[in-house]
Amino acid sequence: MHDIRIVLEHYTDFLAGLENTLWLSAATLLLASVLGCIFAGLLLSPIAVVKRCTAILVDGLRCIPFLLLVYLIYYGLPQVGLRFDRWSAGLGALVLYHSAYIGEIVRGAWTNLSKDQIEAGRAFGFRGFLLFRRIVLPQLFFASAPLVGNQAIYIMKDTAFLEIITVPELTFAAASIQSTYFVPFASFLAAVLLYWIVTILIEQGVLRIERAADLRRA
Amino acid sequence: MPDSSVPAVEVKALSKSFGSLRVLNDVNVTVPSGTTLCILGPSGSGKSTLLRCINLLETPDAGEVYLRGQRIGFADGVRQKEAQLWSTRARMGMVFQHFNLWPHLTVLGNVIESPMHVLRRSREESIAKAKALLEKVGVADKVQQFPHTLSGGQKQRVAIARALAMEPEVLLFDEPTSALDPEIVGEVLGVMRQLVREGMTMIVVTHEMAFAHEAADAIVFMDGGVVVETGPPDEFFTRPKTERARLFLQRYMR
Repeated sequence: MHDIRIVLEHYTDFLAGLENTLWLSAATLLLASVLGCIFAGLLLSPIAVVKRCTAILVDGLRCIPFLLLVYLIYYGLPQVGLRFDRWSAGLGALVLYHSAYIGEIVRGAWTNLSKDQIEAGRAFGFRGFLLFRRIVLPQLFFASAPLVGNQAIYIMKDTAFLEIITVPELTFAAASIQSTYFVPFASFLAAVLLYWIVTILIEQGVLRIERAADLRRA
Repeated sequence: MPDSSVPAVEVKALSKSFGSLRVLNDVNVTVPSGTTLCILGPSGSGKSTLLRCINLLETPDAGEVYLRGQRIGFADGVRQKEAQLWSTRARMGMVFQHFNLWPHLTVLGNVIESPMHVLRRSREESIAKAKALLEKVGVADKVQQFPHTLSGGQKQRVAIARALAMEPEVLLFDEPTSALDPEIVGEVLGVMRQLVREGMTMIVVTHEMAFAHEAADAIVFMDGGVVVETGPPDEFFTRPKTERARLFLQRYMR
């Protein structure tokens, strides 16, 4: 009981950590979606060398553990003269890593898009960017949103790794409380519960998007 | 009223090959304003390709297409780029065999999409017009539904409303009933008959012989990429001039 009281007394520390976790996750989701769309476009490029190089980069990113990427950016790159602070390194690693996954998701959705409906767009006078914005992009969104939503859960969980480069997110907050007062069980359990609540909320959102996407299936 | 002496659509000496396969060979077709032309012929005879060449979804290798006397696909004698063809395409409505409705938009959304974003009409005007058209084709109760919830016949009637919303100078139908169950073909043909009566200019690629016989003003019979026979429907169906047309009719008129 004593342990729990200590955790409750420091609830503002947990909330501050949670706040950082949430905005890091949201920023990553947004930026990785944009970068992922660009990766998807490059993966479908008619130019063979562009396609090949992007595929190597994307596959390469997906093949390494996220923690290693963080080490490489935060500790490795300064050796070649590229120095980032912990926030930039952390957010950069998250965005790069997850944009590879989102790129693959969007590429898959794009490949499966029916050519017929795009042709119908052309037949009705849609062209260029208007065709993309009104006919292609919305279908791309609904085809990939459920999977990107699931990716958001992985993003949120990966923010915890940034603890090791001292980004003060939720896991970092829990670790500092437990090491100061030696209450590991209560402290980490509190963090687990908070991650759990956020995951449930994300899943609810994904469920709604899935329903909307299901209505709009071809 | 447009000058009725100028045909709505005129195709002159059109040829198209896919690789070494000659799909269209010196095709000539004239469709006077306010008339319906039915294009008949066995599968692979080039009917659909002809239709797709008319609205430039395919680029002909040779020949000319005129829309109300104006050569299309060319400006000042130079072939237009893909990005410049949109305004010409917007003057023609197209109805596809597989409907090709946009799944991410509701029925109403499908019908107002092109008037709003291609013709830049106001939302209110587009909605009012769309509702009237959906009423006309008999799907007024489905406006807020998404396409996948509709039957094939309903989808095709929405597709016709979508094409009509552009106030096209000519409506192109690419086998509009071929993907439908036999018992619902009639509801789509009914809408098309009404358009014929209203004096819409239409080019219809179809296998529905009864519809062609009764609704068309002229028949073009194609085989192997060439126009084998052309003439009024009564003549074509009762006294075909060529052996190939006779064989075709025997197979389809059972």
